[in-house]
Amino acid sequence: MSARKIHAGNNDPFWVRIIVITISVTFVALMLVLPLGVIFWEAFRKGGAAYLKAFQDRNAMRAITMTCLAAGIAVPLNLVFGITASWAIAKFNFRGKGLLIALIDLPFAISPVISGLIYILVFGMQGWLGKWLEGHGIQIIFAVPGIVLATTFVTFPFVARELIPLMQEQGSEEEWAAISLGANGWQTFWRVTLPNIKWGVLYGVLLCNARAMGEFGAVSVVSSNIRGGTNTLPLHIDALYNDYNSVAAFAMASILALLGVVTLVGKNLLERKIEQESINSLESRTTKVSQ
Amino acid sequence: MFNNKRSKAMLPGFRLTMGYTLLYLSLIVLIPLAALFLKAATMDWNDFYDTITSRRVQAAYRLTFGASLIAALINTVFGALVAWSIVRYRFAGRQLLDAIIDLPFAMPTAVSGIALMAIYGPTGLIGKHLVPYGIKTAISPLGIVIALTFIGLPFLVRTLQPALEELDGEAEQAAASLGASRWQTFWRIMVPSLLPSLLTGFTLAFARALGEYGSVIFVAGNIPMKTEIASLLIISKLDDSDVPGAAAIAVVMLSATFLILLAVQGIHWWSQRMTGRA
Amino acid sequence: MSIEIRNISKSFDSFTALKDISLKIENGELISLLGPSGSGKTTLLRIIAGMESPDPNPDSQVLFFGEDVARKPVGDRKVGFVFQHYALFKHMSVFENIAFGLRVRPRSQRPAESAIRDKVHSLLNLIQLEGFGTRFPKQLSGGQRQRVALARALAIEPQVLLLDEPFGALDAKVRKSLRDWLRSLHDELNTTTILVTHDQEEALEVSDRVVVMNQARIEQVGAPDEVFHQPASEFVIDFLGNVNVFHGRVNQGQAVLENHQTSISDPFVPAGENANVYVRPNDISIDRTPTGKSSMAATVTRINRAGVHAKISLELTNKEEIRVDITMEQLMELHLQLGDSVFVHLNKARVFVPDYTI
Repeated sequence: MSARKIHAGNNDPFWVRIIVITISVTFVALMLVLPLGVIFWEAFRKGGAAYLKAFQDRNAMRAITMTCLAAGIAVPLNLVFGITASWAIAKFNFRGKGLLIALIDLPFAISPVISGLIYILVFGMQGWLGKWLEGHGIQIIFAVPGIVLATTFVTFPFVARELIPLMQEQGSEEEWAAISLGANGWQTFWRVTLPNIKWGVLYGVLLCNARAMGEFGAVSVVSSNIRGGTNTLPLHIDALYNDYNSVAAFAMASILALLGVVTLVGKNLLERKIEQESINSLESRTTKVSQ
Repeated sequence: MFNNKRSKAMLPGFRLTMGYTLLYLSLIVLIPLAALFLKAATMDWNDFYDTITSRRVQAAYRLTFGASLIAALINTVFGALVAWSIVRYRFAGRQLLDAIIDLPFAMPTAVSGIALMAIYGPTGLIGKHLVPYGIKTAISPLGIVIALTFIGLPFLVRTLQPALEELDGEAEQAAASLGASRWQTFWRIMVPSLLPSLLTGFTLAFARALGEYGSVIFVAGNIPMKTEIASLLIISKLDDSDVPGAAAIAVVMLSATFLILLAVQGIHWWSQRMTGRA
Repeated sequence: MSIEIRNISKSFDSFTALKDISLKIENGELISLLGPSGSGKTTLLRIIAGMESPDPNPDSQVLFFGEDVARKPVGDRKVGFVFQHYALFKHMSVFENIAFGLRVRPRSQRPAESAIRDKVHSLLNLIQLEGFGTRFPKQLSGGQRQRVALARALAIEPQVLLLDEPFGALDAKVRKSLRDWLRSLHDELNTTTILVTHDQEEALEVSDRVVVMNQARIEQVGAPDEVFHQPASEFVIDFLGNVNVFHGRVNQGQAVLENHQTSISDPFVPAGENANVYVRPNDISIDRTPTGKSSMAATVTRINRAGVHAKISLELTNKEEIRVDITMEQLMELHLQLGDSVFVHLNKARVFVPDYTI
């Protein structure tokens, strides 16, 4: 979350402040801002026409479609999961809650290449279900389902990670109020819980989507890497780059970079919204205003 | 509705949500992960041992662990400075700086990878100026470290920020009123309370760096024995249709990751004991 | 709607919230559950509501009008619950909050939209917030929010109203006026109402009966003046109002106070060794001269005139401190000054013999 408390950093001597700030800004500019800028610079290096030409490639269009498809399935699936899991965790008491949360967080910590590898071990030719799938003519690895599965895995925790602490902080009083007034589970969820978590949901979906569209390592493992086949946009960029077609690669990259920037902006806006709402509800608990 | 058999008063929907959660978790995460460990467990021990101790694999492990460690250390130092500036100082552009920190999170790794190459490659913006001095910032371990520093920075800054915000200045003022110098106050009062977050941020950045793929492989050059990271080695094995070999390498990496995660939990537990606070 | 609770116990992990509680609540009465935090009162309320389950026990029963509701979920019990922190639905307007209970009914039981509108408006009238229907909870003051919460509970025409420390988060003045308003509302509607509070003034002023609870048990049940003037236990007399404690021994039907040559005869004195003698500040008189063998010497340490009565703090010869309330006229007659040596006489006392001597 963004810093909101202002500290009397005036205690630190002026020269210390100058040095620290200069180092920080320089470091961030060098490490973070420069790469962002370079993408657009390289993309437009040969001019606008060359930039646009990259998008007319049929494989590029296929890659974009593939990326949208993978994200379009993975994100809603993980959204439903995230909401379900946070309801179970935040509204009830049971043993092993910490373990469950740790398990949900697992994909976050696992290397993307390994994330793809495990699906090969289940669905690949030498894998558990390999023979069965082949016998029935179903292809998972090197085909769309594999891409979707790998994308779902790596983006698994995003919505849940955001909603669980949010719902825990909000407590269950409003839900109990609704139940005592005669509402059933669904009504309570739709009318009472969902409006309260809507910003958290958006935040989780935003991050989930950014990761889903940008995933590289995991889909690299499960994809055939054949152009026009199951390549997602990041894989297509990789292919273009390896062909030394740098302008086209950076042109494609610029779309994803733009997505990254939009995600960043959205993230910050939503963070502020969420903080505001939590301050509001704190107020409603401690209001001591006379009639 | 869930009326009749229920004898315990609870909000509705526990069985439904818990059931779906466990089912989805098992299908997507637990079972595939189990496949990995089972594969490794059923491998011939000799094959397994030979694979992970082969020179190429050992080189990849050393490189991956080493570069990740260095990158995490760099990030600890600079990340602390950045977090300090954002939380404790006011200056123009502070909020912008704060917002940009998450860029590596939001950016696809492949995009970061080619961008880094465009900067640090031999013909890159910065790289080309350093080549005459014999400094190779790409196709070298140095390039890998740079890439891992890029993706690890947010972990340090975001973990430190809440801890820094919690330092409410009162302890510092108390120390000053008792005659402590700024430096003494810093080392004796502030660093100990920031230590758990520093450690946590460091371990998170380290764990993330171990598994990083997309941002690294463009700058790395991927020369076996020299600049080949473990993740890439796994893919090479898969390309050679050596699935068991890939699994063996992966299991070791995954075990390291789990150990690191346990270490983070341990740090939390230790710091809670020290401060008696949640 | 009469409610009966039989043999209810409840523990959370290692903490016992309720120990074998039995209670009968009459139809239409306003009864308070009064006690310090941790006494179990909120737990009991929530068990009545159906938001907590009692520990399993074949003798446990919660009866609404004679019907066992233990298996009924809270939504089916037709209880109107008002939460301590209001729990208003923050993303709904005041109107929608109050209408909620009616709107979520299954189609067959749902009233027509116009009927809902009428009901909500009449309730807004009742809580004196006409015209506030379009506002949102965060635009309301604490007292207004609490009234909306009450209206929301009343909208479903509950059989019983359950209020969990409803005025706890409000200023003293707002609390008082809402308390009076609640009482008059109750007189008008006559719904059985159970009120949980730790504020004894509130309980004593507003209730038909008071249930004094302490550490998972019921200490006493009775009308307000009964629990105040005829307390059944040391806890009750100590919890309600101010009281001075003296330690003595029981001797031949009288309590002889330590270090004083003062005896008190109390019709309720049981036989035993040690006795605790409780005396209310207004049951002690101050005189310039001793009024007999049972007067004790004391020195005036503080005189507080801010209030309806004068509150005098005195120190006895054995360094014990006592509080005495006298009227302003009596204060003037005595011409009391700080440091004066006077004599105090205990007019009325309640003696308790502790069950266990440690």
